Order: sequence, then structure tokens, then C-alpha cells
Amino acid sequence: MSLLEIENLSLTIGATPILKGVELTIAPGEVVGLVGESGSGKSMTALTIMQLLPHLARTEGRVIFDGIDILKATEDQMCALRGDDIGMVFQEPMTALNPVKTIGEQVAEGIRWHTKAGRAEAEERARKILDRVGLPEAKFPLSRYPHELSGGQRQRVVIAIACALKPKLLIADEPTTALDVVLQAQILDLLRDLVRENRMGLLLISHDLAVVTEMADRLTILRHGEVTEAGDTARTLSEQQHPYTRELALASMHVPARPKKHLAGSAKPLLEVDGVGRDYPSRRASLFRPAQPIRAVDDVSLTIEPAQSVALVGRSGCGKSTLARMILALDKPTAGTIRFRGEAITGKPEQALKPARRDMQVVFQDPYGSFDPRQKVEKLVAEPLHLLEKQLAKAERREMIAHALDEVGLGPRDMGKYPHEFSGGQRQRLSIARAIITRPKLVVADEPVSALDVSIRAQILDLFAELNQKLGIAYLFITHDLTVARAMADEVLVMHEGKIVERGKTGDVLDHPRSEAAQALVAAAPDLHRAIARKMQEQG
Amino acid sequence: MTAYLLKRLTIAALTLVLASMVVFAVMEILPGDPARLMLGLNASADQVEVLRNQMGLNAPLLLRYLHWVAGLLSLDFGRSYTYSVPVIDLVRERIAVSLPLALIALALSTIIAIPVGVFSASRQGRAGDTLAMGAAQLGVAVPNFWFALMLIYLFAVWLRLVPAGGFPGWSAGIWTALKSLILPAVALALPQAAILARVARSALIEVLNEDYIRTARAKGLPYRAVLWRHALRNAMIPVLTILGLQFAFLLAGTIIIENVFYLPGLGRLIFQAITQRDLIVVESIVMLLVAAVILINLLVDFSYAIVDPRLRGRQ
Repeated sequence: MSLLEIENLSLTIGATPILKGVELTIAPGEVVGLVGESGSGKSMTALTIMQLLPHLARTEGRVIFDGIDILKATEDQMCALRGDDIGMVFQEPMTALNPVKTIGEQVAEGIRWHTKAGRAEAEERARKILDRVGLPEAKFPLSRYPHELSGGQRQRVVIAIACALKPKLLIADEPTTALDVVLQAQILDLLRDLVRENRMGLLLISHDLAVVTEMADRLTILRHGEVTEAGDTARTLSEQQHPYTRELALASMHVPARPKKHLAGSAKPLLEVDGVGRDYPSRRASLFRPAQPIRAVDDVSLTIEPAQSVALVGRSGCGKSTLARMILALDKPTAGTIRFRGEAITGKPEQALKPARRDMQVVFQDPYGSFDPRQKVEKLVAEPLHLLEKQLAKAERREMIAHALDEVGLGPRDMGKYPHEFSGGQRQRLSIARAIITRPKLVVADEPVSALDVSIRAQILDLFAELNQKLGIAYLFITHDLTVARAMADEVLVMHEGKIVERGKTGDVLDHPRSEAAQALVAAAPDLHRAIARKMQEQG
Repeated sequence: MTAYLLKRLTIAALTLVLASMVVFAVMEILPGDPARLMLGLNASADQVEVLRNQMGLNAPLLLRYLHWVAGLLSLDFGRSYTYSVPVIDLVRERIAVSLPLALIALALSTIIAIPVGVFSASRQGRAGDTLAMGAAQLGVAVPNFWFALMLIYLFAVWLRLVPAGGFPGWSAGIWTALKSLILPAVALALPQAAILARVARSALIEVLNEDYIRTARAKGLPYRAVLWRHALRNAMIPVLTILGLQFAFLLAGTIIIENVFYLPGLGRLIFQAITQRDLIVVESIVMLLVAAVILINLLVDFSYAIVDPRLRGRQ
């Protein structure tokens, strides 16, 4: 018998239909992947099972969990189920824990609530589950606060909370999206082991087809609140009967066409980073000993040639964003020099940096956070124009903006709109338009597609490739996502603990990594081809 | 933790020194010669000069400032010109009324505001919330002396439960004395409670949208338990900030309320001292009030560290 049966589930919030006739079943010990793009209703399906929907939500259909009709259950019944028989893990580990309570309190709380155990007993059980999820007592006593833990460690605490009472069903909503690939692999391994140990059912929600393929026995693909296809993972993905499944799979593996290959050593370098280091002061441990500085970037040298595309890959916290900030002259190196077009940009006053800033632009990760919501597109995209030598006439200015918008696939009519009127992908186009309006020679892109859905991501990668071909822009992609590096870069640099540990042609580094850090990254990176092949063997 | 507390303590001390300089400077700039004021209009210039020398008014500015501060530290605030008694005696008598009044009002406003804020936040947008926030809006808008008059009419004139004004002194028995402080405390507390309730509500609503609230709900805790155990403590940080800021307004409010209720408190003393140009009394009381506000805000800073472990730093 199934553990969870969702039959013909429809959900509306206010007057907006969110889910339309969703069907889904999970058996004990089974991993079911729920895949879809943002807004497809994945999270709302999860929240329906938990009955934690927002106000004004109305549901129809049947959701049967372990013989209980959840849509008809009272709040008291749901409280008894939540955290005991159904556990849930969320996407954003940095904010999922209460900052003012210790991890011990937060894990023990659910145990005490459901089992009526005393404090001592609950804390003992909390200790056990924290040990199980990889947070041993010696380094992670119960008295730790969330702010003392890293993102990966916090996600382990969230998993401990969800699994403390060995639930029959675990819902994991994008549990690894906010983590780097190595942490992602660790967390997925942990979830897989917990499922096996306790014969839990696992509903794994993700936008990442490769992750779900590696984990799930069966797949359900959701689009605009409707199930487009469902079935065994291997069969669904190898046959790709539904066009949308095919579209998703293709977009996940998309490599943009770049017919004009970059020829290494053909020109003198555009950017030269020479022995650059960056120290941050740390907290002093005692009053009498000076604090040892934290070395975020350590003796890094690299060059980028005109029109070359370079990917800087590494785990979170390895120093890649600090390096990018120094290249953009937003931060000062404590050692070494950075030269742009042969001229040193380190230690120069702001006024003298103007020409360099004009030729060097940036695209950030978050298309939601990088625009002032109260300004119109015309003003936002035109921001870098003050870097130009001459003041532009109004008509000329508008023409340049219109041209930049056209180059990224938006229209001149978009000039009068505000950022909130655009989707995530369109906003990333806007930040690219802002970056290319001064005709820069180098664009630094910090995780430019990791907040985007796969199909949008493929389009944005195409756009980057096209601008590289048409305008000869060189790129420095900062990413922990090796598929971006594979799709876009001529050369890959691997960064680890502040140092560049490996560099070479993209294919060489990603297919035959030599350094330990690069091998760890490659082994942990989800790969759809490999995952499908493995599933085909498992499922026959 | 100690580093944080030491830093806050240092800042508070510096603020106090700076405030004393400002108070002293303002008193220097104000027109009116205390010596002439004491001797009356008919005194000769020589007499005034003699008194000025006696009072140390002709000494250099810095010396006079240091002398004044040294006096404050040893609780010697000088002599009142009008009452001809040491200021400290006046203050000691009056503070026995004003301090209990302020503390009762502060406690009362917190006791009213937090439950109202929680009530409103948990019923956001529904009738109960609208009603409570409407009442709070009224509480912010209506001046406290009007409240005071209405309270006197209702409880003193009509129901005859408490006296309409005056203070019998603590020697008349604690209950009798407290009875005459109840109405003024309520009148002081209500507008403060109204502001605080609005702050508590909006802070709670913000916290209730945080991810960790969802985590707590996913544990199986009922809504009420999540509200009290997880949301309230996080919402306390902005509430404490406002509480500290409000204390200054509370002290200012006592000046009006003590006049309405004929209470022999610091508020009335400072009011009288100002009208009589008894600058030495004004100076002393202002300094005392400044110190009280700084002390309360120091306590607020300390309580942040209790509420929020992130301020304590790594152990």
C-alpha cells in the first residue's frame, strides 16, 4: 500500500489556480522526485501535504497519508503528524533555524513535543540524531547557536530536526540548491542513507534534473501546476516521451554554440593578476597575542586574453568572490598587482580608475537583489554611462539604452518599466544590458545563472555566448557549477582555500582533474548523462 | 560577551560626560545672573560682585565645570536660590514620587502593549486586529493630559475609588500612597503602550514570515506555541529599542502629568524651577534625567545580549 496518495489535487490561492489535478504516490522506502521550474507548484504541493499553506488557499481532491485524509484533518491532527510522521527540509539553511535558540533546543523541541519526554531524555535523543547527521558532540555541542555553523552544517541540523522521530515520509524542498556541489553530494548521501535505514518515503523537490535523477526511483514532472509526465526515472528520461521532459533534459545539458573558438596566446593579455593576496583581520584570541589574519586569497596569478572566456570554479568560501572583487577594483589586495590592458589598477585613486571601470563590468548572481526597485529600467541600464569620456545628449543616451536592450533580447518599450515587472530571466538580461552598455572588454559574472530555471539558464548562456562572438567580450565566470564552466569556458581555473590549484583547457580539467580539489568538485558535480546511464543499469 | 558589555558601558559613560558638557554650556549661555536674581532688583553692583565671588561665578569656565561635576559626583548639587535648601534634599524628596511613577508606567505600558501586539499580529487583517490597532491609533493621537482628565472624572469624581490628585506621602502607608499614583501611571502609560503595541505587532508580523517559523511549524508545534516560543523573542529586539527611546518621553510626560495630578515630583519641581529661574535646580534635575535615560538605554543594550546570542560573539 502507498504511504502517500495524492489524487486529483487542485489548489487555488485567492482566484489564482496553482495546482490542477495533481496525482502522486509514494511507497515506504521509495524516493520520488518532483521536478519543475519555478512557479510550477512544486513547493505548494509539499505545503499541501504539510497543511502549511498560506491563507486564502483552497484545496480540492484527496491527499491520503497513512490512511488519514489530510485535506479533512483538523489542525490538532496535523500538529500530531508534522514533525513526527512527516518531516520537512527546506531550501535556505541560512534562515531555516531560529537565531536565538541553540541547535540542541531546536532539535529537542520537536522530540519533547511529540513524545512528552523530559528535557534530559529529549536532549539525549537530540544528541544521537545530531551525531547521525554528521555533527559530532566534540565540535558541535547542543549549546551551539545557528550563527556559529556554516550553511552545510545548518542544513544538517534542519535534517536532524526533520528526522529526529524517524518519520515515515520526508519532504525535502530544494535541500541542496543553496549549497556548493561538494556539500550537495554530502547532503544527498545523508538523505539517501536515512531513507534506507528507516524505510522512509522521500519526496525530493528540485529544479535540477541531474540531482533528482541520481536520487529518485520515480519522477513526477510538473508544469504550470499540472503533471506532464510521471514514471520510473530511467524510463522517463531515456524515452522522453513528453516534449516538455525532452525540453527540460536538453536545457539541462545545453552547451551554447560558439563557432569562433578562442585561440590561446594570440594576443597580449587583457587582464593580468600577479601574485595577488588578500588578508582579512580576524578576531584576536587573547589580549596579548596579535590576531592572525585570515588569508582569503593567497598568491594568485592569472591572465585573461581578449575575447577569452575563463571560468573560476571552487567551493563556497574558497575566495573566488573576493578575487573577483579585487579584479573589479572594489576591494584592495594586500599583496600583488592587477593590471588591466597593461596598466596597474591596484592602488590607484578612484578618478584614475574610470577608464578601467568603463571597460570592465559585472553581472551578479541575484537578479532580484541587484536593482533598485524604485527606478525605471532606463535609469538602471544607463548607470555605467557616467563612466564615458563625454556627456551624452538625451537622445543619444536613449538610443544607447535601446540598443543595449535590443542586444539582450528586450525591446525599447521596456525602458519605462520597473524591475518588478520582469521575470527572473528577464532581469538577468537587464543586468547583462547594464554590463554591456559601455562596450566593455571584460565582464565578470558571479554565478550569473545559478538562480535561474534550466530553460531560462540555457537562454542566458546563449546570450553570453552570442555577445562574446559578436562583441568580442572576454568573460570571467565565477561559479561552483561545473556545467556552466563546461558550457561557456575556454579555460578553467580551480580555486581552493585561496589558491589556484589547477588550470587548463576546460575539457582537460573537467575530464581529467589532477588536483585533489578539482577531483572532489568533478566527482560531486551532478551530471545528467552519467545519472541516466546509472539509473538505466539499476532499473533495467 | 564581556567585550560587548564593556564597549556599551564605555559608550554610555562617554555619552554622560558629553551630556554634562552640553547641559553646563546651555546654562552658561542662558541670560540671567543668578547672583543678581538672588539679591533682587535693588541690590548694588558691588553687592552682586561680592556674591558672584562667593558663589565662584567669576572663576574660569573649565574650573567651574570641573567643580560642578565634582559636586554632582559627591551628590552635592548646590543650594537652590528660591528654596534656600540643598538641591539634593529637594531631589531626594521628589524622586520618591517620580521614580515609582515612571517605573509603574513603564511596567504598565509593557504589560499592556505586548499582549495587544501578539493578539493583533496573530489575527493580522481580521476584525480583532483592526479594532486593537484602531484603539492604538487613538492612544497615539490623544494627549496624555486629556486621558488624565478623563480618568480623574471616571475613577475619582464618579466612582470615588482613588483621590483626584495630591500625594499623601509614603509615610501614610504604601497602599494609600500607591492609590494616588495609579491614575497618573495609567495616564502616562496608555499613549506609550499604544506606540509599543504597534511596534510589537509589526515586529511580530515580520518575524512570523521568517523561514525558521515555518521550520518550527513543520516540527508539529501549534501556531500559538510557535508564536510565543519562537516569534516573540526575535520580535523583542525592536520592541526593546523603542522601550528605551520611550523612557525619555515618559520622563517628559511626568512634567505634565504631575501638574495635572498635583504630585510633588521631579516634573513639577523642574517646572517651578524654570519659572522661577532657579537655574541650579534645573541644571541638577536635567542632569539627573539625562543620567536616567542613559542608564535605561544601557540596560536595553545589555538585554539585547540576553535576547540575541549573535551579539555575544563566539564562546
